[in-house]
Order: sequence, then C-alpha cells, then structure tokens
Amino acid sequence: MRSVPPCARVFIACVAVGAAACAAPALTPRTQWPAVALLALLYAWCEQAPRFRIAGRRAPEGMGTFFPVLLAGAFLLPPAAAALVAVPGGLLAHAEQRPQWVRRVWRAAQLALSAWAAAAVQAPLGGRGAVAAADFPYVLVPAGAAVVAFCCVLSYLDSGILAATRGLPPVPFRRRGGAPVPAAAWRGLLLRSLAPVGVHGLAGLMMAVLWRSPYGPLAALLVLLPMYVSCWAFAQYHHEQTAHRATIRALVQAVDIKDEYTRGHSERVGQASMMIARELGMDDERVEVLRFAGILHDVGKLGVPTRLLRKDGPLTPEERRVIELHPEYGHEMVRGIGFLGEARTAILHHHERLDGSGYPYGLVGSQIPECARVVAVADAFDAMTSTRSYRRARPVAVAVEELERCAGAHFDPQMVRALVRALERHGWHPAVTADESSRDGTVPAARRAPVRADNAS
Amino acid sequence: MTGHGGPDPQAPRHSAAPTPRPSATKATKPAHRAPTKSPHRSMPHKPRHSAPAPGKGRFRTRMPARVPALVYASAALVVLGALGWTFWRGLDDRGTALAFGVLIVVGELARWSGGGAAVDREPAPLATAGALAYALLGDNAGQPTQHGVAQVISVAVAAGLVGCVPHVALGRGPSLDSMARRVLTVVFAAVCVQPLYNSGKLQEWVGSGPYHALWVVGILALTALCDAVLAAAMAHARTGWPFGPLLRDELRAMLGIGSAVCATGAVMSLAVAVAGLWALPVFSLPLLLTQLAYRRYAAVRTTYRQTIASLARATEIAGYTPAGHARRVAAISRAVGRELGLSEPDLTVLEYAALMHDIGQLSLVDPVPAGATAVLPAEEQRRIALLGGAVVRQTGVPAEVAVVVERQADPYRDQPLQARIVRAANAYDELVREEGPGGPLTALERLRLATGHDYAPEVVESLVRVLSRGTSVLWQRAV
Repeated sequence: MRSVPPCARVFIACVAVGAAACAAPALTPRTQWPAVALLALLYAWCEQAPRFRIAGRRAPEGMGTFFPVLLAGAFLLPPAAAALVAVPGGLLAHAEQRPQWVRRVWRAAQLALSAWAAAAVQAPLGGRGAVAAADFPYVLVPAGAAVVAFCCVLSYLDSGILAATRGLPPVPFRRRGGAPVPAAAWRGLLLRSLAPVGVHGLAGLMMAVLWRSPYGPLAALLVLLPMYVSCWAFAQYHHEQTAHRATIRALVQAVDIKDEYTRGHSERVGQASMMIARELGMDDERVEVLRFAGILHDVGKLGVPTRLLRKDGPLTPEERRVIELHPEYGHEMVRGIGFLGEARTAILHHHERLDGSGYPYGLVGSQIPECARVVAVADAFDAMTSTRSYRRARPVAVAVEELERCAGAHFDPQMVRALVRALERHGWHPAVTADESSRDGTVPAARRAPVRADNAS
Repeated sequence: MTGHGGPDPQAPRHSAAPTPRPSATKATKPAHRAPTKSPHRSMPHKPRHSAPAPGKGRFRTRMPARVPALVYASAALVVLGALGWTFWRGLDDRGTALAFGVLIVVGELARWSGGGAAVDREPAPLATAGALAYALLGDNAGQPTQHGVAQVISVAVAAGLVGCVPHVALGRGPSLDSMARRVLTVVFAAVCVQPLYNSGKLQEWVGSGPYHALWVVGILALTALCDAVLAAAMAHARTGWPFGPLLRDELRAMLGIGSAVCATGAVMSLAVAVAGLWALPVFSLPLLLTQLAYRRYAAVRTTYRQTIASLARATEIAGYTPAGHARRVAAISRAVGRELGLSEPDLTVLEYAALMHDIGQLSLVDPVPAGATAVLPAEEQRRIALLGGAVVRQTGVPAEVAVVVERQADPYRDQPLQARIVRAANAYDELVREEGPGGPLTALERLRLATGHDYAPEVVESLVRVLSRGTSVLWQRAV
C-alpha cells in the first residue's frame, strides 16, 4: 500500500541522476571544501536535531526541512558546491515510511537540485559579491530571485512526484487527498511554500552575510537558533494538536461506552455535517467547526443514566424527559472549550425543529442557529441509515426520501437539499473508527461494504 | 526555608488552622483571572496573601514581598535617571536611535496576550530583542557609535511605552513585572558593553573578529542568567514556592523563546555592525515567525487544557462526582506539587491526572454515592482507578498521566509521587465536603491518621502548608 510505484521510482531515478550531474563539477580540489563540509555537517545536524527533542513525532508540515542552511550555501558557494551541501543531510534524514532509502535519495536529490537552481540564479546577478560586501539594499535582489527559484524547483519536483505516484502523494502532502492535476498542484504548493521559504531565505541571507564578515561562521550559527526554535515550536504545535484530537475522540468514546448501539454514530454525523457545510460553500474554518459540532453533538448523553440509554423497548414520558436533557448537559460540558465557537450552540439546539416542536427551547424557524440545523439533518440521516436496537438500517435512498418528506416541518429544506446534492456527488462512505472495526459484531454487514480502508485515519 | 523570617514552617500538629474551604473560594473565579504571571498588576507592594487571614497567625506569617518592591524601585530609579541624563545631554546618532526605537515599537505592537505560561515569559520577543541589540550595538556599518547606557535605556523605555499605548487602550497592557525585568536586563547588557566599547577598551581586548562575537554571546548568556534569577526570585517572594525549582523552570523556559530572543539580539547587533540598519527589518521577520509558531503552540495548548477540563467535567455532569471536584483537586494537587518542588512538565502531568482522576467512574453503571471514592473499599477503589487509566490511555495525554490515574488508589509506598499527591488531594476534597462545617480541620486530621498506609506523610504535611498559606496561592495558574 505504502510502497513506491515503479513510475515514481523512475522519476526519482531521473531526478537523482540530474542532481548528481549538477553536483559533480564540485568534486575538484578547487572547491572551498571547509565551507562545504561545515555547511553540509550543519545541515545534516539540523535535519537530525528535531528527532532528539521530540522523539518519534513527525516533523511539522512544510517546516520540517531546514532551509536557511541550504539557502546560505546557495548565497555563499558556486551552484555545484551548493548542491553538494544538501546531499548528506538529505541522505541521513529520517523517513517515516517504508522503503526508506528511496525516500532518502529522493529528498537528497530534490534538495540538491533546488539549492543548485537557487545558486545558479543568483550568480549572474552578482549575489556572492554583494553578500561579501554586505551591499544591502541591492543584495535583496539576487536573494529574492534565489528564493523564488528554490521554491519553484522544489514545488515543481513535489508536484511531479505527486503525479507520478498518482494520488498517493508523499508524506508532507498526503492530506490533500484525491489525485490533483499536476499544474494546479504545483501552483498550490508554490504559493504555500513561498512565504515560509522567503523567511528562511532572509535568515539564510543574514547567515551568509555574517559568514563572510569579520565575525566569521560562529556569528552565522547564531542565526540558526531562532529558526531552530520556531521549527521546534511548530513541531510541538503538531504534537499537541494530535494529542488534542485524541482527547476529543476520547470524549466521544466515553459516550460510546455508555451507549453501545450508537457506536460510531458521532463520527458519522461529523462527516455528514461536514459534507453539508462544504456543499453550502462555508469556509474551511467553519466546516471544521461543524465537523466538531457533529462529532460532539451527543456528548451530553454522558449525563444521562446508563440504564436509560441501554433500555430496550419504549420509554415512559418521565424517562423521555430525562433523555431530552442531553443537549443541555452537552452544552454545559463543552462551553469551556473556546475553539468550538458556534459548535457549542449547535450542540445545544440540535434537537430543535423548524415548527417549534423540538427541544430544549422549542425554537422556531430562523431562531434556530444555522449550524444546529445542519447537525439536525446529519443526525437524523445517520440515525436512519444505521441499525438501532429497535429496527434495522434503512437504505440511503429511503432515508433521503424521509428527510425530504419532513423538510419544512422538522428540518431546514436548504440543509436537506445540500445533503442530497452532496450524496449525489460523493456518495455515502462513512468513516469507520478503529474502535468499531474491532467489534465486528455490532457493525451491520450492509454498512461494512462501502467502507474504504484509506478513510480510516 | 523561604528566607522571609517567618516562624517555623513545621505546622503545629493540633492547630491545623481553619483553612478556608476550597469550595468556598470558588467565588474567587480563578478562571477569569487574566493569564498574566503576576496577579498584582496595580499594587505590587501589597501581595494579598501577605496579610495573615484571621486565625492564621500560628503558621508562618509571610513578610511583604520585598523583592518585587526592590526590583520595581530600582527599575524606576534607573529609568528616571537615564531619561533625565538623556534630556540633559541630547541624543547621539539620532538615525540609529530612531531605527531601533521603531523596531521596539513594532515589536510591542506585535505583542501577544493570553495563552498561558509558555507565553507569559516573553510576551514581546521582538521588542526585547531590539532593546538587547541596541544595548549590545558597537559599530554601525563599520562606523563607530557613541550612544551610552543612558540613551539605550531611554530609547528602550520610550519606544516600549509608545508601543504599549494601543494595548493599554484595549485593556491588556503589559504587566509591571515584565516591564521591570526588561529594563533591568537591558541595563545589565548595556552596562557590560557600552562603557567598554565607547572607551575603546573592547576593541583593544577582543578586537572585532570572531572573539567579538564570542564576547557578545557570553554577555547575553550572563544577561539571560540574571534575568532568570530575577524572575525566579520575584516568583518566589510572591508565592513562597521553593526557589530552586522555580529557577530551574525559568532556565528551562529560557531555552525556548528566550534563546531565540537572545540570539536575535546578538545577530542584530553584529549584523548592523556589518551591514548597517538594513539588518533590522531583514532579521525581524525570522523572529516574528518564531513568535507566530509559539503563539500557535500556546493556543493549541490552551485548547487542549480546556478539552481535558471538559472531559473531567463529564463525571460531574453525569452525576458521579460533585460539581467542581475535579477542578479543585487539580488546583490543590498543583499547589502541593509546587510546594514539593516538581518541575513544570511534571506539574502538567500531575494536573491532567488530577483533572481526570475520577474518569473511571464513567464506566460504572450506577454511580458511587456522592462520588466519594475515598471511603470505598480498597479493592473497589483500585478497580475504578484501573478503569480510569484505560480511558485516559485513549486520550492523547502522556502515558505518565494514565499511570498516575491507575495507581491513585494504591498504598502510598507503591505509588509514584504524583499519584500520592492526587490521592491526598482527592481525599481531602471529599472529606471536607463530607464533614460539613469545620471540615478542613477534621479532614486534615483524618488524613494524618491514615499516613501509616494510605497517604504519604510528606504530601499531607505539604498539603497543610499549602492550605495554611491561604487559597489565593492555590488558584494561581489553576485551570
């Protein structure tokens, strides 16, 4: 699954040969070997360093590579020597996935080519002379050109490997999903990398200027410290974010412990809410908030006695009233979590109905917050398409028909239409939680079929 | 122990003073306190827990916090003197002064606020780096500069004040602590460098080659050390927590954003010497990137903490434990951990474990009466603890947290220190509630009687000390 397809191997081989050809001219005694060796060593160390501080965690996306050293090399050395600087660090870098050597060769070749391009672009503009003379406003011109060239080559090669592996992009870009068109992918990668690489380029420029100054390489090393700290902070950020996601999942699993029949319901409602939100053209941030709203909508069931949730057969009015408290319990629980934003009101109002017959407040029409209307539709849809204690799962088509019948009275017709459109476009492939797949007994066969393994995350 | 001349901290055994019930202090609303390090923004000379509460006389009476007062007074004196001197003599090298002033203003404008401990230590990295760079500045593009110590201080303070104006207008100005510390840090660096440089001695001794760079780095390391000592001393005077661990935490925090600030200051001063003032904008961007990274890190940490607190509240909403129990146990545990000298990462583990210590009860079909686990049979307690550990392992918290939760019901001799603390804090909170009026006294007495097997004696004594100090310490930096 994670292996590299032959097509990509060929591509990597070509890039590696190209990189070797670029770096080969440097292998003469005339090269400034002390500078090359020092920079290469520095780069290799920088690539390794984050692993010691935060063991086992992935280098943060986009910031994992330590460009200032490479760019300083491009400002200080001729193109071939600049390419050489990237090689040891790239070859020693940590690769997360299996065939490690292929990925390492790829990394080294890609970075060597990018550094070569940067150095080659700044050379005709007199970059090295300007750096040595600290000729300040002017030196920014070759530096800027070098940064742009570096970015272009880097992102071009990235999009190339993306296309070569056909929809299974390498680690840093796996999130994009799907099989992006190379040109569009390239533009996207370029625009996203330009700003961070630009800042790294300024640090590299400062490093090069100090390197050539009377203060020497030691002063240049100081430049790396802030960059290193920011890399570390980004890595920590990703680490904490992963931990945070796990905690949210634990919150949901705590509900699942109590109410076994709704296992996986929360995740699926999150997914359906997200589909509706996308279809309505909401921005990414709001889509994410709605996903959390869907995932956490039933968290208040933690406050309902377990016996009641597990009861088979009809509920007495008294028991029903207790269960109907769960939106308020849920709101009470999550109201301290700042980032959830309007998801908190969605949790409070997801059982309201358009005609005012819902609970807890009996709001009518547009009094119900938009996000709550989204979650209500997603909740009802998943409730119908999954098996409960008292009935079997209904097919998607039947559920949609039922939703459309109740639109206007219970559900917002706009949300129902959005869900229908989204279902037509993408189909319904509910993600399976790790927990659910381990308990096969509770998963109805009808739903197990369309589940794709790559959706599990 | 604290050096404040208080009476013997050995708490008299039979006079466990009427310590305010933590539940009663909920009214102080710790969650709404601004997350700055210093709770004494406006009246630094009157720490509120220095005034002994009625009936607390037999515990150590804490002296007014002299160290902060001393720090503020000396900073104010230095600033006044420097401003007076600069007005009298006028500015040298106006262009350079203006450029650094603008840099500091920009750094202040980009100041962040809110976001917890990680951020409090260095709220405006760029401004501090700019001030340090100005203090260390020798040549400017190869030309010697003339500014002295007084001018450095005047520029740093004036620009800092200008940059603060929008923040003060929005009601989130900087704390006096951080301002005073910055002034003293800059003074230290400037005094080390400027007189030597201006008299030409520096050139004579270290020249302007690599040794000059080394000298700058050395001075900055010293400055950072002094700053850490100062910060730890102030925190110690204010809270009475042991000095050693505080200093260790300060030094550790220095490795993060602090080292980036110092390095930027050094690089800016050296780069200005080589390339002139252009170096300032070029190298501010990397530090701003660092600041951005830290801000995101701080934000996600805050969110994470909130989510954990919500998870902890689940047991309360489910009716398994009384309202506010998890939060109180976390606050007590943290204070006791502080008192026992735990480091910041250990305190975080302790806090998370304390917040989630009752989470195992979610797996019970029927709640324990009033959520009081401390009075259950030991076997049952241990079973709930193991269930809790299983839930905690599914969250993203470090594995140590799960271990603490699992072991919270073991006899103290088998427990890690954090589990001992959680166990004692939990039992204290439950017993206080159970006993009703006069609860704290009886609760502590019952804990002491059980130190043979269940509760660690040193933890219980530390708990007594913490509670005797009043509850405002308890709520500092609580969730």
